[in-house]
Amino acid sequence: MEHALSLFVRTIFADNMIFAFFLGMCSFLAVSKDVKTSAGLGVAVIFVQTITLPVNYLLQVHVLAPLGLGYLSFILFIAVIAAITQLVEMIVEKVSPSLYSTLGIFLPLIAVNCAIMGGRLFMQQRVLLDPENVKAIANLGDAFAFAIGSGLGWMLAIVCLAGIREKMEYNNVPKPLQGIGITFITVGLMALAFMCFSGLNI
Amino acid sequence: MLSKQTKEAFLGPLNANNPVLVQILGICSALAVTVQLKPALVMGISVTIIVALANVVIALIRKSIPMRIRIIVQLVVVAALVTIVSEILKAFAYDVAMQLSVYIGLIITNCILMGRLEAFAMTNNVKDSLMDGLGNGFGYAMILVIVAFLRELLGSGKLLGFQVIPQWCYDHGYTNCGMMLMPAMALILVGCVIWAHRSLNDKEGK
Repeated sequence: MEHALSLFVRTIFADNMIFAFFLGMCSFLAVSKDVKTSAGLGVAVIFVQTITLPVNYLLQVHVLAPLGLGYLSFILFIAVIAAITQLVEMIVEKVSPSLYSTLGIFLPLIAVNCAIMGGRLFMQQRVLLDPENVKAIANLGDAFAFAIGSGLGWMLAIVCLAGIREKMEYNNVPKPLQGIGITFITVGLMALAFMCFSGLNI
Repeated sequence: MLSKQTKEAFLGPLNANNPVLVQILGICSALAVTVQLKPALVMGISVTIIVALANVVIALIRKSIPMRIRIIVQLVVVAALVTIVSEILKAFAYDVAMQLSVYIGLIITNCILMGRLEAFAMTNNVKDSLMDGLGNGFGYAMILVIVAFLRELLGSGKLLGFQVIPQWCYDHGYTNCGMMLMPAMALILVGCVIWAHRSLNDKEGK
């Protein structure tokens, strides 16, 4: 339990998907124009991550590793993500149309979000680690903690950036730097700020 | 020799329509692998090969893919190609493969691939798709090499692992800029490259 908690906090701050590994950058930069939309996308990422990562964890530990099928992992992971996202989309559409109208457009986009796929590949590396290591994912609980933590960290980052970009509308930025250029530099400065978490030892 | 359209498909992505600088695709890996020149080169070449081949495969079967499940078909084609490249790298360049770690697998979700497959290969013939794939791959690799060159040169004074800044510079007080090695500097450098690229292109336009 304690291990899962420290893994959770670590994944949000020190190993933040955006600022430490640059995962999910494309949608991060494209959708962060206003706070509301980016919060919607953030929730969708947490949602998909939390549902698919434990499934892939079980597949990795109980199917791929014992049978020595490691080389099939890419295809299997991406198929699971695409299938579950599609399934979730259909269920959400039926059960809660209001949730669908906020999440719906993002769900297909998320199937190819690097943060989701990256979470899988890190998980695949980390199941092999020594269980004492803070980064290790030793059981299903850890997989859940890692999934929620990485999704939350991603959401935190995109909402912060959207807030800054909304303010920046009023600033006088040199013309060639406007738009995407200054966004990159802003994210760079934010990443510098987030680096202060890297010494965190929980 | 080559028709105008084919030429455009190859040359466009190198400058005016660069996938990284203009379309802002494939940023994740572009930033993460650029601490040193060697992994950046390997990554650029791998992506070029995969984009070109995936474009060709999808262009070949584009007429028989049902529209509703095209994303999954595209993902499976890309995932198969990435698996092959990843196994080859592990066999012949193990240290680089370890350095690139998860970012090889992440080529699957590299937006350049999905973007090109959706926007180009689904509607164009095989030859144009091949040229488009190569052009986009080179355009991507070019940015990777520029950023990695600056980061390795300024951050550790080396290029491809060889010391290029001579010892007497260090004796006279020159120090490596450690900040260049940090992830944050990759973002800021790409921002600056975009800045330079835009201001140059604006001048040509006027």
